[in-house]
Amino acid sequence: MSSTPAFPLHLAVALEGTGWHPASWREQVARPRELFTAGYWADLVAEAERGLLDFVTFEDGLGLQSSLPQSRLRSTGGTPIGELDGRTDQVRGRLDAVLTASRVAPLTRHIGLVPTVIATHTEPFHISKAIATLDYVSNGRAGLRVQISARPHEAYHFGRRTFPPINLDELRTPAGQERLTDLFDEAADYVEVVRRLWDSWEDDAEIRDVATGRFVDRDKLHYIDFEGRFFSVKGPSITPRPPQGQPLVTALAHQTVPYRLVARQADVGYVTPHDAEQARAIVAEIRAEQEAAGRTGELPYVFGDLVVFLDDDQAAAEDRRARLDALAGEPYTSDARIFTGTPAQLADVLQELAAEGLSGFRLRPAVAGHDLPAITRGLVPELQRRGAFRAAYEADTLRGLLGLPRPANRYAAATA
Amino acid sequence: MTSKPLKQIHLAAHFPGVNNTTVWSDPKAGSHIEFSSFAHFARTAERAKFDFLFLAEGLRLREQGGKIYDLDVVGRPDTFTVLAALAAVTEHLGLTGTINSTFNEPYEVARQFASLDHLSGGRSAWNVVTSWDAFTGENFRRGGFLPQEERYSRAKEFLATANELFDSWHGDEILADPATGVFLRDAKAGSFVHSGQHFDIHGQFNVPRSPQGRPVIFQAGDSEEGREFAASSADAIFSRHATLEGGQAFYTDVKNRLAKYGRRHDELLILPAASFVLADTDEEAGELAKEVRRQQVSGATALKHLEFVWNRDLSSYDPEGPLPDIDPDVSADHISKGRAQVRMYRDPLATAREWRELAAANNWSIRDLVIETGNRQNFIGSPATVARTINEYVQADASDGFILVPHITPTGLDVFADKVVPLLQEQGVFRTDYEGPTLRHHLGLALPHSRLRSSGGTPMDDLRDEERVVS
Repeated sequence: MSSTPAFPLHLAVALEGTGWHPASWREQVARPRELFTAGYWADLVAEAERGLLDFVTFEDGLGLQSSLPQSRLRSTGGTPIGELDGRTDQVRGRLDAVLTASRVAPLTRHIGLVPTVIATHTEPFHISKAIATLDYVSNGRAGLRVQISARPHEAYHFGRRTFPPINLDELRTPAGQERLTDLFDEAADYVEVVRRLWDSWEDDAEIRDVATGRFVDRDKLHYIDFEGRFFSVKGPSITPRPPQGQPLVTALAHQTVPYRLVARQADVGYVTPHDAEQARAIVAEIRAEQEAAGRTGELPYVFGDLVVFLDDDQAAAEDRRARLDALAGEPYTSDARIFTGTPAQLADVLQELAAEGLSGFRLRPAVAGHDLPAITRGLVPELQRRGAFRAAYEADTLRGLLGLPRPANRYAAATA
Repeated sequence: MTSKPLKQIHLAAHFPGVNNTTVWSDPKAGSHIEFSSFAHFARTAERAKFDFLFLAEGLRLREQGGKIYDLDVVGRPDTFTVLAALAAVTEHLGLTGTINSTFNEPYEVARQFASLDHLSGGRSAWNVVTSWDAFTGENFRRGGFLPQEERYSRAKEFLATANELFDSWHGDEILADPATGVFLRDAKAGSFVHSGQHFDIHGQFNVPRSPQGRPVIFQAGDSEEGREFAASSADAIFSRHATLEGGQAFYTDVKNRLAKYGRRHDELLILPAASFVLADTDEEAGELAKEVRRQQVSGATALKHLEFVWNRDLSSYDPEGPLPDIDPDVSADHISKGRAQVRMYRDPLATAREWRELAAANNWSIRDLVIETGNRQNFIGSPATVARTINEYVQADASDGFILVPHITPTGLDVFADKVVPLLQEQGVFRTDYEGPTLRHHLGLALPHSRLRSSGGTPMDDLRDEERVVS
């Protein structure tokens, strides 16, 4: 690949426990006993920042991890606890992603921080102010990755709704699609509320006018008056508009219903093409959804997700993957393409996929302690040599790194 | 007092919130929302070896007469998120946040506090407050679903449920042994079942036991129910009784309630919020205090304050003139929304009568009256006077210490840290350095026992005895 691409790639890393491979915690570099300390996460994010990456995402969930594939849920049957796999040989337990991101924010300067939030069981009002605050504590580097939860056992943690178990085959039936659509429609409303709340203060609402004794200009604070199928929210936010105006909204999507959420509400969508043809088809579908929704102007970026095993030679990477699979007792499978090879080979793959319209990639390190440094110290220099990745951080905010403008406030525009 | 050993004073810092005690018009007043302000404030508190930083919360912008209230500092960060970030810029300081038990769910709040406790190395504390009103509820999925009389029953069950979640891990479940491949000792780690009036939930909690086991629990209500709730369930009370007599009465009342819950006197700390004004001499401090009060109560603020009682639009009155001679409107829905303060005036007609008499007798204008009857600084004087007074109050059991609320953001605590703290240290009533890593160490509270059995079958009480942190 000697040609210089028309635009540079964007690179993010998805942080998940000791890595995405379920046996990753057994590697020497893994530090599994430090998973619940701030230092562990600070070190990972510092490494990602050393590699000039655009942002890191933090996985989260409102229940214990489970490696049961969705398709096997029904056959396990019975109690909701049965949905959990009951395994003790993999990492279980995790810290709240928003708080982890916030804990790391003052220790970093450039990298974007994008925690996962679960729209299904949480309050958009709380999340809006939490991400706005993450934007304040990071001086403009906050985002969120919105996720739904259809897991019965997580619903039982809240006791407000019940979700019957469902498997992949059932999801494809009209009833399954309807359920999925409801959860994603709720997530879309959730993001809409979060975004309106971010705009509910105009940037110059704080006036400190000693003459009249007014601290704020109340005409620059706005009720959002959201009324939807799932909830209503009055507003305004209690937190002033965050530094980026609109922190980055992102979502992972595997099929039409979530593509629609990406097309309508997200700044970045993560997708999982396994080859160039799929990448082209997915990008086309998202663009079509976007047109159908009448969303003009700012386009959502589409990032490809890949799990990576990276070593200096391919055999070493394959050996490592085989060794981890043996420890796990089964071959590792993923929704995303699994890449096993060298940084140069990965750079080829990324450039090939990017040519189909992907704007960047979110890499999932198989072993965080190994594959994250392989990304920052192997892949990044390789991409830099090819002129396909930045040589220094060129902006202070996450939107800035992605070349996204600071959006105008929808309410200010309405009154102007 | 002759043979009694001196009590050690507990001190904490309240980041000034939404109120008219914060003087935003002062040239020294900085941002109340930028993280640098919070970091400055926290670092000052830690430099002074304070026990903790305290952060209040609001979930709806206040309104008066149907309009957003615009005279005070307004706009604040999310409690959890800013405390997590402050954990990165401090090492010892406790991090106390107000979190409402009405518009949250126990599983989520327990996750957040357990996470904050892990991420801060055992420095988290939760000020449990209640709210029931439909006004706040308009920002949340359930709206104003909770009748007022159920607010404490929900709060109590919320806290009890959160404690069940905190205790669902014992602390020894994570083995993470790469050689054997056992990460978790017990597949059922974190299992819980709670079935009650407000919450019917079960499953497995997904945050392992944190350094403090549970956050330190604060309670802030002053009602009969609030006092009982605190006596039964809290580690500390954030009170507003910062006068000597008021403090002593409250202190005695609440501490006497502990026995019926099988708790000792020292298992609940009484920590009133207190403001201060310092200057080189007592006289200068007195003058400065008057100036600060005038800054805190502008003419517009005085009129709005009077509206709490009159429950009428008083904007046509002159704040420098006499009090209205019409009576309060007790028939209408209250003109002021989202303010706890309004509930202080339970008999508006009597209050109005009393205020008119006071104003007439002293020749006070509306503004004078609000200044004179409103929030006075609790400690005014030279550093020596303030140090001596605070110590006297604590030794006389008016409190176990104070949560200080400066009127300038974010530098208002600096002079207290530099001038008063060294005097308290000289008198041997305040620590010169932190003695342990967790907030429970600072407050002299034991680590909570897990009531459950560890997966290995060891009775937890045996293990936990070693973990008592009080010497």
